[in-house]
Amino acid sequence: MSYLIGERMTGGYGGADILKSCTISVDRGEIAVVVGPNGAGKSTAMRAMLGLLKPREGKVLLEGEDITKLSPQQRVHRGMAFVPQTHNVFVTLTVEENLEMGAYLRRDDISGTMEKVFELFPVLKDRRRQAAGELSGGQRQQVAVGRALMTLPSVLMLDEPTAGVSPIVMDELFERILEVKRTGIAVLMVEQNARQALSIADHGFVLVTGENRFTDTGEALLANAEVRRSFLGG
Amino acid sequence: MTLLLLAVGFGQSWNVMLAIFNLCLISAIMSMGLNMQWGYAGLFNAGVMASTAVGGLAAVLISYSPVGKAWDAGGTELGIAFAALVVTIVLGLLVWKRMRPGRARSLSLTAVVLVGYVFIRFFYEGASSSIEAVETAKTGFLGGLGLPVLFSWAAGGLAAAGLAWLVGRIALGLRSDYFAIATLGISEIMISVLKNEDWLTRGVKNVTGLARPVPYEVDLQQTEWFVSLVKWFHGSNLAESGAGSDALREVILLSSGVFVKLCYSALFLAVLLMILTLAMLALNSPWGRMLRAIRDNEVAAAALGKDVTNRHRQVFIIGSAVIGIAGAMLTTLDGQFTPGSYIPLRFTFLIWVMVVIGGSGNNLGSVIGAFITWFLWIEAEPAAFWLVGLVTSMLAETSPLRQHLLEVAPHMRMVLMGLILVLVLRFSPRGVLPEQAPERN
Amino acid sequence: MEYTTDLLNALVLLSNYVLIPALSYGSQLALGAVGVTLIFGILRFANFYHGEMMAFGTMCTIFITWWFQSMGFTAGFFPTALLALPLAILITMLLALATERSVFRFYRQRKSRPVIFVIASVGVMFMLNGIVRMLIGPDEILFRDGQKFLIKAGAFKKMTGLSEGLALKQTQVLTVILAVLAVLLLFWFLQRTRTGKAMRAFSDNEDLALLSGINPERVVMVTWVITAALATLAGVLYGLDKSFKPMVYFHLLLPIFAAAIVGGIGQPVGAIIGGYIVAFSEVTATYAFKKFLKYLLPSDMAPDGLIQFLGTDYKFAVSFLILVLVLLVRPTGILRGRVL
Repeated sequence: MSYLIGERMTGGYGGADILKSCTISVDRGEIAVVVGPNGAGKSTAMRAMLGLLKPREGKVLLEGEDITKLSPQQRVHRGMAFVPQTHNVFVTLTVEENLEMGAYLRRDDISGTMEKVFELFPVLKDRRRQAAGELSGGQRQQVAVGRALMTLPSVLMLDEPTAGVSPIVMDELFERILEVKRTGIAVLMVEQNARQALSIADHGFVLVTGENRFTDTGEALLANAEVRRSFLGG
Repeated sequence: MTLLLLAVGFGQSWNVMLAIFNLCLISAIMSMGLNMQWGYAGLFNAGVMASTAVGGLAAVLISYSPVGKAWDAGGTELGIAFAALVVTIVLGLLVWKRMRPGRARSLSLTAVVLVGYVFIRFFYEGASSSIEAVETAKTGFLGGLGLPVLFSWAAGGLAAAGLAWLVGRIALGLRSDYFAIATLGISEIMISVLKNEDWLTRGVKNVTGLARPVPYEVDLQQTEWFVSLVKWFHGSNLAESGAGSDALREVILLSSGVFVKLCYSALFLAVLLMILTLAMLALNSPWGRMLRAIRDNEVAAAALGKDVTNRHRQVFIIGSAVIGIAGAMLTTLDGQFTPGSYIPLRFTFLIWVMVVIGGSGNNLGSVIGAFITWFLWIEAEPAAFWLVGLVTSMLAETSPLRQHLLEVAPHMRMVLMGLILVLVLRFSPRGVLPEQAPERN
Repeated sequence: MEYTTDLLNALVLLSNYVLIPALSYGSQLALGAVGVTLIFGILRFANFYHGEMMAFGTMCTIFITWWFQSMGFTAGFFPTALLALPLAILITMLLALATERSVFRFYRQRKSRPVIFVIASVGVMFMLNGIVRMLIGPDEILFRDGQKFLIKAGAFKKMTGLSEGLALKQTQVLTVILAVLAVLLLFWFLQRTRTGKAMRAFSDNEDLALLSGINPERVVMVTWVITAALATLAGVLYGLDKSFKPMVYFHLLLPIFAAAIVGGIGQPVGAIIGGYIVAFSEVTATYAFKKFLKYLLPSDMAPDGLIQFLGTDYKFAVSFLILVLVLLVRPTGILRGRVL
């Protein structure tokens, strides 16, 4: 049984269905990647699992428990953390304050967690008193991920974390994400840069027009000729 | 609504009823103008007062006869000042457009503005003081053009439209609350100008004795045919009371008032119907349909290439023109122009209550909203007195609480109006008479 | 030697009629503007009933002051109103919370357009205006007691031998001191406490704040509570310094909004700077510099006219002009708030 699974989700934002019986899952200590062409419903699937979107059919289970009815805030309480694609930091707050806000729900001493985040993202430690809005795109992404990690989540969900960053920064980010996975957190990632994402993925889901088209390990998908041809440029 | 009005008519007096009715009509027109801006362009115009005042000013400027001596005294200087103003603006614009952005441009612009200002100020001061010095008690201002009064109503509309164009240039395209603040500011400025530029408006000394399009009561009381009409109308009553010429005189007095008001009602009603019909026609025209498309989905309309801001500007100008016409009519009805009476609460925000009650985007609704609101506003004062009287009837005549309550009873209507606004906005946001448009998904 | 006396006289003149009044007025505007900018930044609408909140708070203070005075309970040297202030602030906070609960919460839950909030606030403005006038009457009220002048003009002239006198009212000093204290307290709260940071986060990025588990209801409540306190303080300081007239607070809306916008929406520091900018502009633009220049220039160049930029009646024109200028040239304001 997967740690987090969205089973046969069907629904949309009120009009036509974007997701059609779509299933996404991820286990602890594993990276699951959702790829697919534009408009395939990747972000929508993730939002459905977070609760920002209520599916018409299907359910979301966390550790076997049905959380479909819970609000996003309640799911955050349960240990799910989300890094949106855009507007994912508090630009007027300092790096340190961003992390503090990430841990808002916690009442205990967060300095230990903050140290760990700084270990993971050393460049943030140097800039802890700088406003997040002044950082570069890649650094901001690091703040965003760090912010999400402050609740010590069991699941980390990232919506296109490498959108708009340079290849070097992307590599660095993926390195970090691998380290996060090694701490035992379940990492679910929606990505546009399919090839690189699948190379670090334990499992991959290829979505096309809201449906699961291919589901396999990252390696297998990379090796799959059809997948290569359609989505990875041969 | 009609029942209420009739009740007042019978209960208090026909004169009072008609006075209320006439103001209802004027308010209805103002309400329609504002409704156009809000319902079709979503603009929160907090400067209704400005358009009204400008309209009223136009009434003065058009219909009052010119004060020759004043023109002699200050006319030329004023002309020079005005010319200087135009030159400064033109030069300023040229500098802004022709020069490249940077230090030189800012400096030149500042120089132009400063020099222009000194120049204008010099001539302006001279002109205004000389004009104001001419027979200050009686005139002390330039007077008007001496044209027939009905022209002034149209002129009021044009003047308000002109102001709206200027305001639109500055404020449109701002977010709705910025727009509200900007329009509020403009109306405050406008009122300051009207109160202080005596050479134009006589300031707080007010302009009285404005020409009117209907007969004067005093004249009526003398005319043959009117007296016979009254006698015929009230014949039976008079015969019964049989008190003779005293009673007759009183009846004639009252009737003349009623007659004059009826004349006004007829005129106002005509204007109202004209505007209503024009509005209805406009709404069903291609222009109107596009307007509704924009209102229903601004983003989509913009994506289709429709110039949203331009349309908003047009609506803003037209709406303000309508308000201006009403403003001119109001001044004519009052027979005097009193800058001090333009209080934001009375004008801007009361009209807002009318629009909210009537439902946005609905012309007929705003008329009804206006009637209801104005009626409540006027009757709230006597009603409050009556209520307070009732409540405090247990207290002694001279009890300070009673005195205090009686003193402040008029302010109850503010609370009432606010309460109505909040309640209607919350529970009946589509107004009392919702728009007859199909519900959009 | 004589020129130095002239210079000093000119300085004293300027201080007496421009600098000190502007400083005092600016502090009052700043307090009002900070309240408005908080509502703008966190609740995201222009609160048209802010002026009436100030009036209400001041009215409560006056009633309590009278009550204290009737019991013989005064503050001696200081205005008794200062003692009444805490209680009045409490009552105004309750008012703010009550209106939030009964009027605005409905629209917040529906995510209505900002302009709807504005209209609702206009309705509340109407009601509060009527209530204040009903409770305390529409007339002017002077409720200052205690020592009026710290330095009297005559005494100053005697001390310094200058021909220009400097009068320093206690209320002017109190205004500046209390304003500074209030602002420092506010900044400590916003920068150092958890709730304060949560408010800033909420103002910065509402969705992310909600995702972080920040409770929107609490943020909203705290915002109203702080605004009520600031509004009451501003209103009382203004009323002590000048006088209490229910209608005057409505007219203060425009300079206060101008100050908030000039400083950048949602930026409390900006609102404070904006308050002083507006105050100084208003005072300098309507001040007759004739005497000032007479001191500074040689006697044959002394000006004839008043050398007054705008008549005092155009005071509000100044705030509006500043507002328009800012909106045209730099809508985000000095400290780059949100353009909204």
